[in-house]
Amino acid sequence: MIDDHFVPLKIHIKEQPQQFQRFGATWTPTQLLLDANGREQFRIEGFLPADDLIAQLELGLARIDFESKRYPEAERWFHEVEERHPAAGAAPEARYWEGVAAYKLSQDASHLKKTALDLTRRYPESEWTRRASVW
Amino acid sequence: MAGIEWVRDVDEALRRARESGKLVLADFSAAPT
Repeated sequence: MIDDHFVPLKIHIKEQPQQFQRFGATWTPTQLLLDANGREQFRIEGFLPADDLIAQLELGLARIDFESKRYPEAERWFHEVEERHPAAGAAPEARYWEGVAAYKLSQDASHLKKTALDLTRRYPESEWTRRASVW
Repeated sequence: MAGIEWVRDVDEALRRARESGKLVLADFSAAPT
């Protein structure tokens, strides 16, 4: 997954402390998704087990598509996060944003309502379920 | 993230990103190497 979507760059605090300052990395581990101009697109801070980390990276790809208004692509990525990593911390957040992407694409508010019901059923304790509770 | 061939130079990573159309995954680490 990583090689398919990313150029992996390792910056060690002892070798390149100036790069920590340049990119505002104040804790380790921190992962940043950067565009080709070096602009930060997504940030992950703190250790995560492998499955959670991959889920977060996929969530990052989804959010980048979403922010660029590529809603069909974003919706697919959000859906894949939930399907592939249902136990990951990113899953309820992905479900929330999948609903938003579907709404943005269709302007059909029933996507939001369905998302809220789905979150309540699958992730009753999640903050994302509470965020969707107004739908 | 075992088995990954990490680039160690920021400019080189950005150059590869430009060429490939990929994003850079920058891992800021303090772990023993």
